[in-house]
Amino acid sequence: MKKIAALTLVLILLASLFSAPLSAQDRWDGSDDLAANPLECGMMSDMGDMYDYEDEDEDADDDMGMMEYDGGQPMMGEDMAGMDIVLVDVPKLVGIGYFAATTQGQQQAADELGNVTVTTDAPTEANIDDQIQVIDSYITQGVDGILFAANDPVAIAPVLRSALEAGIHVVGYDANSEPDAREWFVNQAEFNGIAKAMIDSLVEQMDVDASFGIVTSTFTTPNQARWIAEMWAYASDCYPELEWLETLEAQEDAVLSFQQAQTLINKYGDDLDGIFAMTSVATPNSADAVQQAGLCEDIAVVGLATPNDMKPYVNQGCVRDVILWNPVDLGYAAVYVMRAVVDGEFSPGDTSVMAGRLGELMVVNGSEVLLGPPFIFTVDNINEFDF
Amino acid sequence: MNGAGSMEKMKPIPNQTIGERLRRLVFRQEGVLFLIMLVAALFLASRTDKFLTVDNLLQQGRFMTEVGLIAIPMTYIIITGGIDLSVGSILGLTAIVLGWTWQELGFPLELAIITGIASGTAAGLVNGLFIVRVGVPPLMMTLATLALYRGLAEGISQAKSARGYPEWFFQLGQGETLGIPTQLWLLLIAVIVFAAALARTRLGRALYAIGNNETGARFSGLRVNRTLLLIYAFSGLMSAIAGTIFVSRVSTTRSDMGMGIELDVIAAVVLGGTSIFGGSGSIAGTIIGVALIQLLKNGLALTGVTSDATIIVIGSVLIFAILVNNFIQSRRLES
Repeated sequence: MKKIAALTLVLILLASLFSAPLSAQDRWDGSDDLAANPLECGMMSDMGDMYDYEDEDEDADDDMGMMEYDGGQPMMGEDMAGMDIVLVDVPKLVGIGYFAATTQGQQQAADELGNVTVTTDAPTEANIDDQIQVIDSYITQGVDGILFAANDPVAIAPVLRSALEAGIHVVGYDANSEPDAREWFVNQAEFNGIAKAMIDSLVEQMDVDASFGIVTSTFTTPNQARWIAEMWAYASDCYPELEWLETLEAQEDAVLSFQQAQTLINKYGDDLDGIFAMTSVATPNSADAVQQAGLCEDIAVVGLATPNDMKPYVNQGCVRDVILWNPVDLGYAAVYVMRAVVDGEFSPGDTSVMAGRLGELMVVNGSEVLLGPPFIFTVDNINEFDF
Repeated sequence: MNGAGSMEKMKPIPNQTIGERLRRLVFRQEGVLFLIMLVAALFLASRTDKFLTVDNLLQQGRFMTEVGLIAIPMTYIIITGGIDLSVGSILGLTAIVLGWTWQELGFPLELAIITGIASGTAAGLVNGLFIVRVGVPPLMMTLATLALYRGLAEGISQAKSARGYPEWFFQLGQGETLGIPTQLWLLLIAVIVFAAALARTRLGRALYAIGNNETGARFSGLRVNRTLLLIYAFSGLMSAIAGTIFVSRVSTTRSDMGMGIELDVIAAVVLGGTSIFGGSGSIAGTIIGVALIQLLKNGLALTGVTSDATIIVIGSVLIFAILVNNFIQSRRLES
């Protein structure tokens, strides 16, 4: 008896530990706790030419528009201006379409420039420690520059700082690190822009009082957590009647994403009007789950994904909007930024940089280069893309 | 590391010549594995001059410390015929408790570290309690707590990372003591102490006895339950220490820390010659296993092999090493 009593006690303790922190919170699960900066209400399509960055900058001038350069600088190394350079690209992981597309863009830029060699190497799973070890071995091996997409902004910082100390140039893209651990970060789209596009799309399709669930990677993945926080902020300001049901984690795993979308469908039944899928893996698999359940008309899947994965669902009319930026352009821009840095043409304090066919890209938030507004793939344009 | 741990060490054959002794040493499991490691290291060193440098090797020592620390209790557990799959989740839970008590509850960092390590140890103890008192098979129990502890970590953290630790804390994971990464000293001491404990103490002999015949061990008057409870709690403790080092090394806490590390640990232990069926194994073998995997990972990366190809090579080397070892051991038994 004593035994059983003791074990029950342990279980109760564990259960209370687990449940206590789950209560009392206002943000949607999977948000981070940073300050949100929602854009103004209103449908993007009503605002004409996507949306206007000038307006946003005026609003934000006080806190971020005039931010000083806050990136790091490498130790003085050899001046490689105009010379051949060898770069390594370390995305979060390899083997998924999204990072295959950034790699493709990098190769395009390298071909155009002619004096850049880029190799892509990263773990096969999005694991912080594996990524750190890959970067460390390239520092030991000796490269001229490192391009990265961080699995964790803080965890990756020490190894990037040691790269800077070794005189290696460091430029991030897709997922940022702490600013002082790299020189520049190519920002694919500002978080509030993506958040607005996602919420607006759901409202257009399912009206202002829609109920929805979210399928994300993990609650701690920085980009996803930031988008969800911005979506929460934008929705709270502009569409207070929207009802958030639940956020589920699906790593970046195809099977798990499908199952989590199914969980939402089965659990909420008719109450579920929409699913926000926050990763390029979750979106097609959520769409698949909705299609298999025969609920294309009743549930709008709005998410971030690459066009090839989404063509079947968009062409069959099961998904209307796929929100993203162009990852080929993102990889392309990262290489151009790196080249400009090495050549001494892009230094702290500059407000823009030239990036080949993309033209002039603006500097935002101190040490970030903005790729542009988000891009929405629909049945009208999705077939023009191949990545 | 004096070839600690194998059963035969305890019954030396009299009147051995030096040659015979050397033969015995080399053809032991650990000896064969050590030779494979040397060959691999020399091969890699011949391909790149960046590999066999003091700085690089010390850095690899830093990276392998967490796996190495957890591999010690895992060797004990596997020798008894058990397994602990929850070590990665305990590592994550410890990291989160450390960060949460420090940042959210305002504990001083010293106390937060102790709380974290205590929770990790308690998590291991819970595994042990259910395995010993309720009789849940270790595989099932720790598979359940693999999910449970990870869920706890996510629930407590609420997706928040604790960052911005004081400088002194980074000494543990990023600093050096006497020119060697601090955590490597910890691993070194742990290896020596626990290799000796396994080879030279009653506890060590009890572990082999339990692994060979648990019922027999009980009837011989060994305190089997207490021993098992102890090693699962020990596993929790070492995972918690590894978690603390990990937080210090990467300077943040995340609830997915240590995910999948149990497989790295078990691979190293089994590669090191510990029988997955229990009854035999040694800490020396385990540490060589840990080092071999780490050197291969790093050396291949430095010679320009990409990560996806590296894991294929490592998988092949694992199979090859186990085959060679089985072949030599069976030949030795015959002769």
